[in-house]
Amino acid sequence: MKLVEQANLSADIAHREAIFDRLVEALLSDLQSGEQAKLELTGEQSQFVRFNNARVRQTGCVTDGEISLTLMDDRRNAYRSFPFTGDWEVDWRQASMALAELRQEVPQLPEDPYLVLPAGNATSNDIHTGKLLAPEQVTSAILPDVVGLDFTGIYAAGLQVRAFADSAGQKHWFATESFALDYSLFTADGQAVKGTFAGNEWNAEAYTAKLADSKQQLERLGRSPKAVPRGQYRTYLAPSAVADLLGMFSWGGVSESALQRGDSALTMLQRGEKKLSPHFTLTENFRHGLVPRFNDWGEIAPMELPLIEQGELVNTLINSRTAKEYGKTANGANGIESLRSPDLSPGNLPAAEILQALGTGLYLSNLHYLNWSDRPTGRVTGMTRYACFWVENGEIIAPIENLRFDESLYRCFGDNLVALTTFQEFIPEVGTYDQRSLGGVWAPGILADGFTYTL
Amino acid sequence: MIPELSNAIVALEDIPADWIGLRAVKETVGHRHVRDGNPQTNGKSLNRGIMVEVLAQGQIGYGATNILTLDSIRSAAQTAYRQALAASEWSLHPLTTAVRPKVVGQYLSPFVKPLDAMTPGEINDLLVRLCQTLKVSDQIVQTNATAIANETESWFVSSNGSEVYQKFLMLETHYGATAQDGAIVQQRSNNGYLAHCYQGGWELFPKADLWQRAQQVGEQAVELLTAEECPATTTTLVLAPDQMMLQIHESIGHPLELDRILGDERNYAGGSFVKASDFGELVYGSKLMNVTFNPTIAGEFASYSFDDTGAPATREHVIQDGVLLRGLGSLESQTRTGIPGVSCARASSWNRPPIDRMANLNLEPGTDSFEDLIGDIESGVYMESNCSWSIDDQRHKFQFGCEYAKLIEKGKLTKTLRNPNYRATTPQFWHSLTRVGDESTWQMYGTPYCGKGEPNQAIRVGHGSPACVFSDVEVFGGGA
Repeated sequence: MKLVEQANLSADIAHREAIFDRLVEALLSDLQSGEQAKLELTGEQSQFVRFNNARVRQTGCVTDGEISLTLMDDRRNAYRSFPFTGDWEVDWRQASMALAELRQEVPQLPEDPYLVLPAGNATSNDIHTGKLLAPEQVTSAILPDVVGLDFTGIYAAGLQVRAFADSAGQKHWFATESFALDYSLFTADGQAVKGTFAGNEWNAEAYTAKLADSKQQLERLGRSPKAVPRGQYRTYLAPSAVADLLGMFSWGGVSESALQRGDSALTMLQRGEKKLSPHFTLTENFRHGLVPRFNDWGEIAPMELPLIEQGELVNTLINSRTAKEYGKTANGANGIESLRSPDLSPGNLPAAEILQALGTGLYLSNLHYLNWSDRPTGRVTGMTRYACFWVENGEIIAPIENLRFDESLYRCFGDNLVALTTFQEFIPEVGTYDQRSLGGVWAPGILADGFTYTL
Repeated sequence: MIPELSNAIVALEDIPADWIGLRAVKETVGHRHVRDGNPQTNGKSLNRGIMVEVLAQGQIGYGATNILTLDSIRSAAQTAYRQALAASEWSLHPLTTAVRPKVVGQYLSPFVKPLDAMTPGEINDLLVRLCQTLKVSDQIVQTNATAIANETESWFVSSNGSEVYQKFLMLETHYGATAQDGAIVQQRSNNGYLAHCYQGGWELFPKADLWQRAQQVGEQAVELLTAEECPATTTTLVLAPDQMMLQIHESIGHPLELDRILGDERNYAGGSFVKASDFGELVYGSKLMNVTFNPTIAGEFASYSFDDTGAPATREHVIQDGVLLRGLGSLESQTRTGIPGVSCARASSWNRPPIDRMANLNLEPGTDSFEDLIGDIESGVYMESNCSWSIDDQRHKFQFGCEYAKLIEKGKLTKTLRNPNYRATTPQFWHSLTRVGDESTWQMYGTPYCGKGEPNQAIRVGHGSPACVFSDVEVFGGGA
């Protein structure tokens, strides 16, 4: 098995950084008196191979990059985004044109009272090289192990870059080479096991072991699915399902701006009108090192920021703009004040005792398509998905037909939270809208009483 | 651009492929967003690049790059070729050039005022004034106004002689308000988040009734603070066209996509309760149900003349008199299933491969005025403007929420209701369709955020619908 040589990729990363640095230097030296600017870069060289029924549906490679240049002058600001190609002539032409356009536009705009000007002196350089499969070897590395199985999903791999620079002199460069195989194995009647195999170095033995585990889970789905009537059931949510629920905290949750504007589900928690369980502790934890710590203003987030400690909201995510608008102290949050490296603390329920502790109820491996059904009361609706089971007296009886739930976070993470598992799992963020995502969620499983199913 | 791409095709002749296609896209988007009267987002993005598709040994491989030199296009083509060869041994379904037919033509969005007819300053002034108009009382804690102007050009040239140029001008607008009284928070907007998405220019915005409508949106947000909760009951449900958009999208559009039925999407968006054998057989809903795939409507958000593989776009009945006739499937999916489809192989941009998408999917009007629809209802609930959506991976069990509702009593709209939600299963719901509004009730909306595919793609869709009546639907309100 040939893995891509690190030396070539390292040279490619260095070339891109050099071009970015040159653009920054040229643009910033062009600024006139009173003008300030920042540049943000995203880029990737990615391979995508899509599978269905253990065959290849689509396969290809994408080289993409974009720079966003923001010009600030006289309390006004605007941006231009344009392609980043790594070709100096092309990129400089585009950048200088963008600067000229911005100089025309910015004076027309209203003043922005909460404009955050470049400040500080933070710099960072964070490069994670990997060992990835050569693009032409992906199918032969993945598919022989799943012959005869109904295997579907996507392999995404390659180089990703995030960078930042501003007229205060801040500069950050983050580059990582990684892969993620996000897959499902299906039974003939449509039941499925979900799996994710991700990292910086492809390891054939680890892949085979991961698949063996998935195949074993698939065997548990052989029994006919049971239709469970709507109602409230004691429920175990596996780490992947918990990660989906934690995702709601980034959509009208822990954002200070959302709380200030009536857009958050945690208003009652902030006001002290509700509490979550004393077992529930949520931290923004960058120690895992999978995502850049710098934000849209080049500020470095604290290595750890507790958000909810033993059920109480102790911090919210506050970016510098929100801080200025509402008189708060910024804590390095990004532009949309979303979780970038969430870590839900584990509890005291050992893996071996999950079924016994569940007793009779539902074991949910995954959830699907979550949305607020009543945000101010923290109510979320969504579906069960993949390997979900009916359990009686600590024994798995049968997979279930999918159920709709409609439940408040204040209940399932509050009074009804019985226990969290002693272990956490890393659930990688495998989304690829616009570009491959970075990072993921560290979550334990949770056991909750009276989880509400409605359809 | 067409001559340059044609020259590039000639320069790639040494690659021993069965077919090569080049699809270049240039997208320029001006984005203006004002919150509480203060600017939040002002700027313009330029995104351009090219996708090279190569068919070799029955497999298509792709290479996409934002570097538009001949060398880069060649490199992308070679990458695509190697990808195709490497995967051909594992190909899901051997393809031929029949899925990439020769086509020549062009499409231009209709417009009156070009997208540069308003300056950034004028747009900001308008959005600031909208925020001021929305703030009808101190209970309004947030106001928002957004305008997004999008000009997208695409060029498609292939080794079998295709030459297509399409230029789309699109305007997406939104405004809304949040009202709060203690723990009670209510949102109201202009027909749901960013529902006003159309092809055209600045003639679309502002319209003559803008200020009156903005005032109404603000007042309704406040009105909802003291409204009764939507009752939990099973009753007659009337949906406005701005909620029908979502209903059509989620419970007709997605389940009829052939790639879902073929299983391509099972690891992400999901499959479908519809089976391949259902086409031509399945009674999808009531006889009043006539659904068309229609990319020919002037101004609808996802109109075009050709899809991203060059297939010519035509209006087709997907469901007629309640019977399922046709899938939302591209030439590739039609080849794989033998099921009739539509021209819907679409990509979100140059950096994603085309897959089955729904484009414009509309419910055709019936015969009843809005007064007729409501007049015969003894008891029911009327709902407007989507704010919550969730449906299972087979597109069967759904739950949707709206911003605003009215109780229907003895043929009249009476009390305002807040937190209106409803849930049902797709077949049960569409079989309960009892009345369909006439053309006077028909409205079209759109969204740029239809998500699907691996790698993920968010794409534009349009949906037109009359107001509709459904019997015996489970409705309910908010609260923990």
